[in-house]
Amino acid sequence: MNDADLPTVIESDGALAPGFDTDLTDGDLVRCYRTMLAVRVFDDTCMKLQRAGRIAFSIPNAGVEATQVGAASAIEETDFLFPSYRDFGMALYHGVTAAMMMHNMFGNAGDTSKGRQMPVHFSFREPIRFFSISSPIGTHIPNAVGAARAFQLRGEDRICLASFGDGGTSSLGFHSGMNFAGVWKAPVVFLCQNNGWAISLPADRQTASESYAVKGQAYGIPGVEVDGNDLLAVHRAVKDAVDRARAGGGPTLIEARTYRMGGHSTSDDPTKYVPADELARWAERDPVALFQRFLEQKGLWDATVEERLRSEVRAEIDAAVKEAEAAPRPSLETVFSDVYSELPPHLRRQGEAAFDLAARRGDAAAGDGAFPL
Amino acid sequence: MPELTLIKAVNDALRTAMREDPTILVFGQDVGPKGGVFLATEGLTSEFGEQRCFDTPLSEDGIVGTAIGMAINGLRPVAEVQFQDFIFPAFDQIVSEAAKLRYRSGGQYTAPLVIRTPYGGGIRGGLYHSQSGEAYFSHTAGLKVVIPSTPHDAKGLLLASIADPDPVLFMEPKALYRSVKGEVPEGAYTVDLSTLRTVRQGTDVTVFCYGAMVPVAERAAEQAAEQDIDCLVVDLRTLLPLDEEGVLEAAKATGRVVTVHEAPRFCGYAAEISALIAENAIEYMEAPIARVTGFDTPFPNTLEHNYLPDERRVLDAIENVYRF
Repeated sequence: MNDADLPTVIESDGALAPGFDTDLTDGDLVRCYRTMLAVRVFDDTCMKLQRAGRIAFSIPNAGVEATQVGAASAIEETDFLFPSYRDFGMALYHGVTAAMMMHNMFGNAGDTSKGRQMPVHFSFREPIRFFSISSPIGTHIPNAVGAARAFQLRGEDRICLASFGDGGTSSLGFHSGMNFAGVWKAPVVFLCQNNGWAISLPADRQTASESYAVKGQAYGIPGVEVDGNDLLAVHRAVKDAVDRARAGGGPTLIEARTYRMGGHSTSDDPTKYVPADELARWAERDPVALFQRFLEQKGLWDATVEERLRSEVRAEIDAAVKEAEAAPRPSLETVFSDVYSELPPHLRRQGEAAFDLAARRGDAAAGDGAFPL
Repeated sequence: MPELTLIKAVNDALRTAMREDPTILVFGQDVGPKGGVFLATEGLTSEFGEQRCFDTPLSEDGIVGTAIGMAINGLRPVAEVQFQDFIFPAFDQIVSEAAKLRYRSGGQYTAPLVIRTPYGGGIRGGLYHSQSGEAYFSHTAGLKVVIPSTPHDAKGLLLASIADPDPVLFMEPKALYRSVKGEVPEGAYTVDLSTLRTVRQGTDVTVFCYGAMVPVAERAAEQAAEQDIDCLVVDLRTLLPLDEEGVLEAAKATGRVVTVHEAPRFCGYAAEISALIAENAIEYMEAPIARVTGFDTPFPNTLEHNYLPDERRVLDAIENVYRF
């Protein structure tokens, strides 16, 4: 199910398929490419930081960048993103800075979630609403549908984009979210990133359906399959779905067929279960290289552009690491705040006891446990 | 002041809130034109239209999951889960999402929503229309758990829950829906969350209770009074966050404590009340801290009256701690 035998927009040499043009401007196209480079550099940086023991955990994005960025480029800053944990490119495309993300990777006082979440579980409200990521799979899908329903009831011209993996389609939230969205004709786009793997379970053992897109039929929702390594194909499919949702046409399920070229996480060893020949076949269709060849054909890329973009994102990410590593840990107070809108008396007492203990016996020792997934 | 049943007071609260705030939506299974299986939402669709009070597909996960999405996007949903026994598909949404959202997003996203659900026995509903799951939810940081026992409190606590900026699980004692009547003020008013209600003043034994056990405890206290045992009966009303100071004060007032609930005993809410008192007021206690609860069994059907704490069992416990 992972072979992308789907209509091509960008040919393997970078040429556009006959009769196809994109609505993205030259500036947008370069922004897409720069974002994909930033994801790669951010990933490599986090891998090294994790291997050096400076951060605890990360999620590699290699292989799926075109799906992330192609989709992100089809929505507006006024829309509402409900991302998965492997959607770095969606945040970066919409102007979330590397520093904002890196603060989360370090779980420090500058992290928007105040160090309460594991790395990669981002929460952003500006410059785009990038919904707070939780670890249970698929729970954000009905959340996206409810938020879309709110847009719909207010008659607003805005949509929600819910992103999840092939494994996510087995979750309760996928079923209930798709079902409610179908009944309500909610302005939501479901993006299933079929990247071949749910940790170690191959996509063809996640379902007996002939595809993931076909699952939309059961809910009265059109299903679309698209080559997830082809940024322009993803952009077009998502843009069509977004336009339809804005116009009151209801939800769409998009299956972007792509491939997770790294492990599930920094704690995973994919060589145990990923067939080397399959990985090699997908690596030939590396989405970043493919898009770079397209830009070259269009006259938007050469070695000088590459050098400039790479040094820009490298400098941004290096500065982000420097800033995040220098930031202090969150204060002890953040263990107890934001549980409720106001601190209830029992939490005040527990907090005061923790402060008192720290004053008398020193701070608690931080563990050095490694995350197993 | 009109006399209303508890279910009518719930209906009055929803209507009052919806008239004041157009962002309040009511939805769930059969809550629309039918008005809900217990008629809590009767007449709301006809007054406010199908966009504000509507039926959903049969999915508790979908009801609560979409309610969270509406709450983070400017609406104030009041979702109904038809029976608390059926809430567990939504447990993940309540516990992992609604309750943790403010914390995990550093306050950037919040879920001000109310989930109303009828709970408890006494209607011959057997295993799956009778349970009291408050302990599962009271263990959840970020959630508020509220249980009224009178029509007045049902309206005032529900209006306070709807106005609250945090997610509230509002558990309604279905056994009391039509069996209690009381004066309910017209229009909007609130009863503060996390405050206790002194049901009956007394000096000998303190009885903590909530929901459908309040009238049971009251009747037991009346019978105890015939033996000159003077009971202080306290309705907890909000289980999370609990008014711990109020509980300790009431426990210290008599030095003898009985806590009553219909949920199973093991790790039940009475265990928390007992531990709170043992940790903070043991020196005031004149007798072991007692519990009267449902059994650690599933909820039976035909013999439910044997499962549910009744006056006999509560009176037994009152006499035991009094005579210790």
